[in-house]
Amino acid sequence: MSATPGDALLARLLGFGRTLRHLGLDVHTGRMLDVVEALSCVDIARRDDVFHACRALLVHRHEDLDTFDRAFDAFWASAAEPSREAPAGGDEPATRPPAAGPERMGLLETQTDTADAAADEEPLEVPAWSDTDALATKDFAEFSERELAAARDAIEQLEWQPGTRRTRRWVAGRGSRLDLRRALARSVRTGGDMVRLPQRVRRVRPRPIVLLCDVSGSMEVYARVLVHFAYALSRRHRRVEAFLFSTRLTRITRQLRASRIDDAVRAVSKAVPDWSGGTRIGASLQEFHRRWGRRVLTRGPVALLVSDGWDRGEPALLATAVARLQRSCHRLIWLNPLIGTEDYQPLTRGLVAALPHVDDFLPVRSLRDIAGLARALEADQR
Amino acid sequence: MPTSIPELQQRLAEQRYVSDRGLAVSLFIALKLGRPLFLEGEAGVGKTALAAATAAALGTDLIRLQCYEGLDISHAVYEWDYPRQLLELRLLEAGGTVDRAAAHRALYSDAFLLKRPLLQSIDPARTRPAVLLIDEIDRADEEFEGYLLELLAEFQVTIPEIGTVRATERPLVILTSNRTREVHDALKRRCLYQWLEYPSFEKELAIVRVRVPEASAQLAAQVTALSQELRTQDLYKVPGVSETIDWVSALVALGHDRVDEQAIGETLGVVLKAREDVDVMRGGRVSELLARAAARATGGA
Repeated sequence: MSATPGDALLARLLGFGRTLRHLGLDVHTGRMLDVVEALSCVDIARRDDVFHACRALLVHRHEDLDTFDRAFDAFWASAAEPSREAPAGGDEPATRPPAAGPERMGLLETQTDTADAAADEEPLEVPAWSDTDALATKDFAEFSERELAAARDAIEQLEWQPGTRRTRRWVAGRGSRLDLRRALARSVRTGGDMVRLPQRVRRVRPRPIVLLCDVSGSMEVYARVLVHFAYALSRRHRRVEAFLFSTRLTRITRQLRASRIDDAVRAVSKAVPDWSGGTRIGASLQEFHRRWGRRVLTRGPVALLVSDGWDRGEPALLATAVARLQRSCHRLIWLNPLIGTEDYQPLTRGLVAALPHVDDFLPVRSLRDIAGLARALEADQR
Repeated sequence: MPTSIPELQQRLAEQRYVSDRGLAVSLFIALKLGRPLFLEGEAGVGKTALAAATAAALGTDLIRLQCYEGLDISHAVYEWDYPRQLLELRLLEAGGTVDRAAAHRALYSDAFLLKRPLLQSIDPARTRPAVLLIDEIDRADEEFEGYLLELLAEFQVTIPEIGTVRATERPLVILTSNRTREVHDALKRRCLYQWLEYPSFEKELAIVRVRVPEASAQLAAQVTALSQELRTQDLYKVPGVSETIDWVSALVALGHDRVDEQAIGETLGVVLKAREDVDVMRGGRVSELLARAAARATGGA
């Protein structure tokens, strides 16, 4: 095999593979051998054939296609200039640029602060949370970093039971349908007589959760807690789809899968282009319906929409989008941090138009509210 | 088996499937390396049609497994024909003493085995590799994905009652997904990945001409341009290529050889499938769209 494409090509391919890995693509070395084999089937003098062969083998996610295309162009363009010694791939261009923009949001404070805390040699007394504590009712907006960490732990320890649904899959158990396969297997054992009739039931599975969080300017003080909430939720629950929006919508489901909260927070800050921008809830929800609705609103999910309802757009647009969301999910819960503040009345025009289409309208202002949400979800075992 | 990429494209063209170079390269490598091909893209870009055209181009069977939630082994791989087994058991019983081992052999034989698509595709009796289409894998449960991963690694199935069935001719596997759910990376990693885009105006027109040859050149160009325009609009569900083909066919069936506002109004339901979208288009946008499409059709031609 090595004779056909040549060792030089192989070396370059391996360099290319390294570049892709640095850019975050999931490429393992074994895959490169497949590429070598695939290239022996196509005309390697044709750039587009090499391109398509590599692309089919090295990419398996739609969102990686752009990255791959740019890397391919950069890498093989530099290959055409013999003057440059080191292959452009190397390690340099690919090293991730430090997250520049998002830091201004203060989203990364967790990291620096926890580092400070460690330096202070303060014993790791993460304040424990109980429902009677002052922490339980404290407004998230006034949380310190340590309290935030405590809150995250508390959220993670909550039991998240967003209701269950019967799936279409059958399993053995007491139910309405006969299990013919087992019935027959047993009857052979008893000489053709059916002594007992085994039955089967539909399996029950927890419902998926779809989380849509407003991170516009008016929600700024809650943005940090919301990201932590989303992270804790997706660790506790298997199927969580999470989105942030202010003027635009960003999916952060993959970013939340990081194994450490700091990594997740950093990835999320990088991914969201418009922290604390204006609010266009209706337009963002519509974008959600168009781009993601059919993809993530499957299998009877519970949708959590977190927003204070200060919408700059048309109330009618918001109402249509919220109504559509309600029709596509099992239960739509609007969580509003303003509920519970003094004299708060949901009177903004957008909210008035949207509220008839919401199943529950609940507060998220403190840990007690979040515990209440968990209980409300659990109570809904219809 | 085609020996070059242009030959493969030619053979697909004979099956009235217009393929671009990238897709042909992936399919060719899938054939050469014996790897599954994973096709992803919006609904109606020709994923299922590719599998059908490939089977026809290779002169082999297309075995199709449509996935859905709750799909399990008894519908995807095999099932025993219980009513007939029970009847057989009664017959054996009536014929005298039932020897347990003999009864087992008689009941669990090929005659009572219902072969579902996955088992059919690896049937050792097959003399040439089939094309196995696993359609809309994203609709199946994750458990099924796990099972599939195992099957795609070994191309064998173990049936507890009779033993292991192994393919002598490995099928060409084509999986499709509309992305209603993220398919697990482990499965995609095993496959060649191909993302199908909506085609350019020229390519879509070529597809329409091949698929609906009875349409006039003018009608084909107009409708194709309209579909392309619709894809730039803010719609819940933009039309796929299959909708364009249906639209042209519908207009031909109604006796049109060109489109005007009225013809579009009558047939809008063929392309737009969400009430909100139809409402948006009815409100005077049609004439505007028609004008833009006319510009595109003449500009493109």
